[in-house]
Amino acid sequence: MAYFLQQFINVLQTGSTYSLIALGYTMVYGVLSMINFAHGDIFMVGAFLFFLFVSTLKLPFVPSMLAATVLTALLGVATERFAYRPLRGAPKMSAVITALGVGVLLEHLTLAINPYPRHIPAMFEGSGTWSAGGVVISQLKAAIIVFSLLMMALLDFTINKTKLGMAIRAISWDMSVVPLMGVSVNGVIAATFAIGAGLGGIAGVLYSLAYPVINPYMGVMVGWKAFISAVIGGIGNVRGAIVGGYVLGLVETLTIVFLPATYRDVTAFSLLLILLVYRPYGLMGKPKTFKV
Amino acid sequence: MGERPGEPLLKVTNLTVSYGPIKAVKGVSLEVYRGEVVSLIGANGAGKSSLLRAISGLVPYGGEVAFEGGSLAGVPAHKRVGRGITHVPEGRGIFGNLSVMENLTLATWQRKDKTGIAGDLDRVFTRFPRLRERSGQPGNTLSGGEQQMLAIGRALMANNECMLLDEPSMGLSPLLVEDIFQVIREINAGGVTIVLVEQNANMAILASNRGYVMESGVIALSGSRDELSSDPRVIDAYLGV
Ligand SMILES: Nc1ncnc2c1ncn2[C@@H]1O[C@H](COP(=O)(O)OP(=O)(O)O)[C@@H](O)[C@H]1O
Ligand SMILES: [Mg+2]
Repeated sequence: MAYFLQQFINVLQTGSTYSLIALGYTMVYGVLSMINFAHGDIFMVGAFLFFLFVSTLKLPFVPSMLAATVLTALLGVATERFAYRPLRGAPKMSAVITALGVGVLLEHLTLAINPYPRHIPAMFEGSGTWSAGGVVISQLKAAIIVFSLLMMALLDFTINKTKLGMAIRAISWDMSVVPLMGVSVNGVIAATFAIGAGLGGIAGVLYSLAYPVINPYMGVMVGWKAFISAVIGGIGNVRGAIVGGYVLGLVETLTIVFLPATYRDVTAFSLLLILLVYRPYGLMGKPKTFKV
Repeated sequence: MGERPGEPLLKVTNLTVSYGPIKAVKGVSLEVYRGEVVSLIGANGAGKSSLLRAISGLVPYGGEVAFEGGSLAGVPAHKRVGRGITHVPEGRGIFGNLSVMENLTLATWQRKDKTGIAGDLDRVFTRFPRLRERSGQPGNTLSGGEQQMLAIGRALMANNECMLLDEPSMGLSPLLVEDIFQVIREINAGGVTIVLVEQNANMAILASNRGYVMESGVIALSGSRDELSSDPRVIDAYLGV
């Protein structure tokens, strides 16, 4: 029993990372109907920016995390402005290929600056662990999970209860009518990228706290997993992306429990292929929740 | 309002709209004065919607659109709403994934006056009680008539001086069409200047002070309500007697 509870905590931790990043995929898909394959690398850049502030510039934790988040958000806005906006009228395939290119560019730019893996300094050595009935959870892990959930609640509120959220949803329904409401479509799309990339940056920071050795390719596999999470929840569906991350975390953890650990990624990608064939709109939504 | 009498609220000069090789509007000039209802009639494909889309800034155009005496060249569509132009598009443009209330709220994006917004919401709900009943429902669950009410309600929430209506009677039963034209008269009586695009030429001409007839991208005829409704060419082509 304790073993399963322990695994459940792992599900929450992995799932939180997937969900935070999946939100970026799903939000961009919602407004532009394109898969932003550079998003996993945005997550990676978040971790490296955090390294820059906290280790190279020796800033304290909170300002470092804030600065990394803001800069990652701006990077997201810049990729949209300079790489995707010029292609808005072009076939979606062009934008997707461009996104792949942007991703590789970010990886190699980071690699050029950081030829070797970097180590995030341990910052919370004093923090202890809680244990009960054989289940152990470090306070750091608990904090990461709680903070991720908080960010997702905040985003859910923004999407469902604020005017910006209404505008984002309106764009996903029919972008052509939105200017007639007095809303700048470009402004709202930029805000969407800022939020999605900012959450990716936060995920990068939190991930590097849990796994402090970072490298320029760390975003590739995590990015795929987050993408799979978004597909599980129905891409374009915000709550679906949140749930999808935890579902994938659960599936992966169950795989490790019952099969050799090397089967984890096989299971994840098999799930992706099965979903794309049989339920491309995900497990939660009905078909056409969003106009595609 | 500080303006010389006789200066048009909306002035379109030699306007052209093209979609690639297709020339949809080929040099249209027209004026709309404060307080008027101006009808714009013409067959399907004549270029009426394209003309409205150019005025509201949704499509690039040649020529000139001026509002309140100032050119709108280079002013993007969303800012034209802030200038005072509201466009209710053909097909209504309801956001089906947003609730009725959210559709109405989104239309106030450019407004900051909270009390004014609340007052307008109350007025919309009083005029269209069905929208109040359905305020929490997604837009795509409304009937065609309710969607048209919502589209007009949304336009009222923008609280602008000039309203462009593109075929508001399209697809509605005769009873609802009567209702829509009554609403248009009320809105105009409230001081809003209206450009009314219609295929329902008979009712549109009767509801307007003046009108223009478009044929394949150009203005073929124009005149007052009485001139148009008695013009043999109009009767022949559009009033189908
Ligand atoms: N988005 C578009 N792309 C290409 N052609 C268009 C588009 N919209 C309208 N047209 C063409 O422009 C002409 C005028 O159309 P429109 O302005 O919709 O006329 P109306 O509203 O009077 O029916 C038509 O020939 C139509 O096929
Ligand atoms: Mg039309």
